[in-house]
Amino acid sequence: MYTQALNTSGSASRLEVRSDEDPERMARFQARIDAEDRIEANDWMPEAYRRTLIRQISQHAHSEIVGQLPEGRWLTRAPSLRRKAALLAKVQDECGHGLYLYAAAETLGISREDLTEQLLSGRAKYSSIFNYPALTWADIGAIGWLVDGAAIMNQIPLCRCSYGPYARAMVRVCKEESFHQRQGYEIMLTLCRGTPEQKAMAQDALNRWWWPAMMMFGPPDSQSQHSDTSMAWKIKRFTNDELRQRFVDAMVPQARILGIEVPDLDLAWDEATQHFSFGVIDWEEFRQVLAGNGPCNRERLTDRNEAHADGAWVREAALAHAEKRRARKIAA
Amino acid sequence: MTEQRTPLWEVFIRSRNGLAHKHAGSVHAADAEMALQAARDVYTRRGEGLSLWVVPSDAITASDPADKGMLFEPTSSKIYRHPTFYKVPDDVGHM
Repeated sequence: MYTQALNTSGSASRLEVRSDEDPERMARFQARIDAEDRIEANDWMPEAYRRTLIRQISQHAHSEIVGQLPEGRWLTRAPSLRRKAALLAKVQDECGHGLYLYAAAETLGISREDLTEQLLSGRAKYSSIFNYPALTWADIGAIGWLVDGAAIMNQIPLCRCSYGPYARAMVRVCKEESFHQRQGYEIMLTLCRGTPEQKAMAQDALNRWWWPAMMMFGPPDSQSQHSDTSMAWKIKRFTNDELRQRFVDAMVPQARILGIEVPDLDLAWDEATQHFSFGVIDWEEFRQVLAGNGPCNRERLTDRNEAHADGAWVREAALAHAEKRRARKIAA
Repeated sequence: MTEQRTPLWEVFIRSRNGLAHKHAGSVHAADAEMALQAARDVYTRRGEGLSLWVVPSDAITASDPADKGMLFEPTSSKIYRHPTFYKVPDDVGHM
């Protein structure tokens, strides 16, 4: 579903260019990036580039995987067969996106098992948004519309990321993602054109998801000290604040069509900048959610760990079966 | 993790007859049959293909990017390999 600019938080995730990197190779590498050449898995790359990408792609993959959980609980509660089929396809897509991304991360020299272990042990981060609960059916609409909407804003520029395998995975993801946002908006529209109670549900969902969706773009540029290197290496093409502004500009008119209010009293059209200006984001809440203290952090990790443990016998049996067949073939 | 690692497979898809199989990505699976099933679920959810190949990733031998110059640059000077190198009068027409 989406990656968050988390590389600013925590000392383990610092983006540093190592001083022992060969300056000549570094210069050649930068020249390739500047010429819009793509870097492929076997090409030489600075260690910091490799580390940054492993971290970013794996956080992105983990987000897709954990992103299945808030929506998954509504699969059996969807109001119609049409909605259920669509939601099932969407959740399946999130899983697929996670797998494309894990495969892209693996090209950088980390194993799937290690990536999985990083998620399950809580060492790796995933997008803060998935630590909020989906309380009503309207939340499924709001997630598709706002969360996938924010994801698309973030992901489209990643299709031009300098690292080839990541960019190619993102092209597939983006193609599939636009259905997610449209199905979410359709749910919102249906509720907003329904009974007053249904419209109130849609408003309530917007109230709860708006600010967490705004936080999806990561900390403000003023606090994002490593963004420059990521931009120079064309891993990132736009800053967090630029993407956030685009999101607001796109969403506010869509909310008006729904006839519901964005929960921000400071929201106003600014003639001078030709953008919407908006209120202050509660970054303390963001920090708390990332630190593991969001409403659902523990539940999400527990659920993932249980699912992984429950599947252990299947993985074991599949490998044993493959080994048995291989041995038989050799014997024959 | 003490668990045994599940092998990696590269996935190739033929999008329609008449076209070659093209690399789409990779999957992990214990054997070829399961790799095909996983590839179908992961890479063909929207009619992307009519045929799938899965190949064990470790069966692929790749050229080294460091050899790029040695392998591919000599062709850039051999412009006589292209039809445009040869001059033919206009009145000969299309050739």
